[in-house]
Amino acid sequence: MSASDEIIQKYQDGAEYDHGFVTDIDTIEVPKGLSEETIKFISNQKKEPKWMLEWRLNAYNRLQKMKEPNWQKPKYPKIDYQELYYYSAPKSFKDGPKSLDEIDPEIKKTYDKLGIPLEEQKRLSGVAVDAVFDSVSVATTFKDKLKDIGVIFCSISEATREHPELVKKYLGSVIPVTDHFFATLNSAVFTDGSFVYIPPGVRCPMELSTYFRINAQNTGQFERTLIIADKNSYVSYLEGCTAPMRDENQLHAANVELIALEGAEIKYSTVQNWYPGDKEGKGGIYNFVTKRGDCRGNNSKISWTQVETGSAITWKYPSCILRGDNSQGEFYSVAITNNYQKADTGTKMIHLGKNTKSKIISKGISAGHADNTYRGLVSVHPKATGSKNFTQCDSLLVGNKCGAHTVPYIENKNSSSEVEHEATTSKISDDQLFYCRQRGLNQEEAVSLIVNGFCKEVLQQLPMEFAVEAQKLVGISLEGSVG
Amino acid sequence: MINIKNLAVSVEDKEIIKNLNLEINSGEVHAIMGPNGSGKSTLSYALSGKDGYEAKGEINYNGENILDLNTEERAQKGIFLAFQYPIEIPGVFTNNFLRTSVNAVKKSKGEKEINAVEFLSLVKEKSQKLKIDKEMLSRPLNVGFSGGEKKRNEILQMSLLEPNFVIMDETDSGLDIDALKVVSNGVNAMRSPKRSFLIITHYQRLLNYIKPDYVHVFANGKIVQSGDWKLALELENDGYAKFLN
Repeated sequence: MSASDEIIQKYQDGAEYDHGFVTDIDTIEVPKGLSEETIKFISNQKKEPKWMLEWRLNAYNRLQKMKEPNWQKPKYPKIDYQELYYYSAPKSFKDGPKSLDEIDPEIKKTYDKLGIPLEEQKRLSGVAVDAVFDSVSVATTFKDKLKDIGVIFCSISEATREHPELVKKYLGSVIPVTDHFFATLNSAVFTDGSFVYIPPGVRCPMELSTYFRINAQNTGQFERTLIIADKNSYVSYLEGCTAPMRDENQLHAANVELIALEGAEIKYSTVQNWYPGDKEGKGGIYNFVTKRGDCRGNNSKISWTQVETGSAITWKYPSCILRGDNSQGEFYSVAITNNYQKADTGTKMIHLGKNTKSKIISKGISAGHADNTYRGLVSVHPKATGSKNFTQCDSLLVGNKCGAHTVPYIENKNSSSEVEHEATTSKISDDQLFYCRQRGLNQEEAVSLIVNGFCKEVLQQLPMEFAVEAQKLVGISLEGSVG
Repeated sequence: MINIKNLAVSVEDKEIIKNLNLEINSGEVHAIMGPNGSGKSTLSYALSGKDGYEAKGEINYNGENILDLNTEERAQKGIFLAFQYPIEIPGVFTNNFLRTSVNAVKKSKGEKEINAVEFLSLVKEKSQKLKIDKEMLSRPLNVGFSGGEKKRNEILQMSLLEPNFVIMDETDSGLDIDALKVVSNGVNAMRSPKRSFLIITHYQRLLNYIKPDYVHVFANGKIVQSGDWKLALELENDGYAKFLN
């Protein structure tokens, strides 16, 4: 079946969200609520060293004095943190899978359904996958092959045990424990996520990828990812996310930290397709994520690419701290909101080093009753002489009931730097649709073609293997948005 | 091929075309000429099924009344409208658009879709024949195209889609002599006993290049006189005034 056939079929079936199934497995859960006991339980489950537990408890203590931020555009009902579960793991993973053969067949099936087969032989060549199911990492493929060249790619839990010196040195060094409410919450209760270390001078030969899946009910997912690219190394990393359809909202509050040392480059891509809620806006994931990269060394580069199509509310600003001289930050974003979805997303580019450069390309698409906000900060500090920023924010409206907003903050504190900001807002016109349809495309195909054209600049940034997927996803996300 | 009976078309409750009757047989080229505001473009939109154009009566196409079919269904059945003002779609490469369109039509007929490599050689062949610069294909659809380029692009699309019934809505407007030749050569090359054309124009000029079988004068939403090619020459000399009362 061709891509457009699939779209039509799905449209007819009314099954807009493809990943909404629930996997029926026994899980271990902690007693409900946020407490020292919960944190100790998590740390114990992960067999963490003592310093890690102390680190978590410190965050928990700080959290007691913090308040949830409330400045964002999309508002949400108060979250009762004592009603949430902070840990959920398939029972069969009590001691963690030793090899891929030990993985529960039910979970393997889940990932197969999602198109992420875990068996290495089935993998797309050149993509290593870390799969996170609720709170635990269930498999990391190609681990041995990567080990040969010194690349560490494992779950963060394993890293705290096997590579404590690296975790101690870098964890929380980009997003301080007390950064803000959700970052601190994550620091206290984070469950799993990926850890990547690329040694000096190594160009990681394959795409590294993590696949996140929320399965259990009433469970928050607090993933933590830490990527360190040592001097003159390169890595490209991709994360994908889905969750079952559930009527209640689920919280996903991740922290992702990237560190690029001198001459290193990190390319981080996200295809986020969490359950967006139903057509009336019931249910869906609250995707409140803190992602920050630190270009710590001179001549380093960090590039964020995100395709955000899911979640009831997306609230995140993948950012770059351009500390090293001549360092570069990039942010490419496509945020699609349909039905009652809301997004408040953008980036922060903090220019600290000399001759630093940043580029922001943001494409927001609103359809249905959705509301889409770009919020961004470009801050050029007094010592960041000779720096440059270019920002382009385009919004596309589909229909008459959606909204698009652009909130750019720009600070330039020296006279030798340049900051450019361009913004456009447009609407898919009836004439464009008529033209496409007169050439034989149906309404859905026409919208998909026009929207894909609109965000092409961003989709081109994705690794090849995922660009096609993302294009399809763009079409599917906008089903039923016109007429 | 096309048999229009008692066609009335309203836009926002205003009747623009009244009681139109017209039969076009396979292989025929008909020209509709008329002054501004006579409802010529409305006719082209009604035939291609644009939303908002309320039509009553019958449009029989190969024996089937297509009044209830939507735009893409009519297009897939081989009705092609060459636009007076081709629409710009930023970010969508012309090449990609053309292939998507060709495949949408193929798919509707249950034919195998054409892959990128096959398409490239097809489009190369067609554009060479039409003397159309290939460079145009790697730019976003109609964005920044000159008037002439836009119309050439319409002709290229026509030759790729190989429709049965072609409506040309003032394709000659805004064209210089060279572009006019490209357009009319393209149309002439596609004339065949199996294909019909309805050419809508203000001026007789285009009809020097594309010789129609029939000419109809369109005024106040209906055909007020029909004749052969010589009627066009008459109009050129006398103007439309005598038909407007």
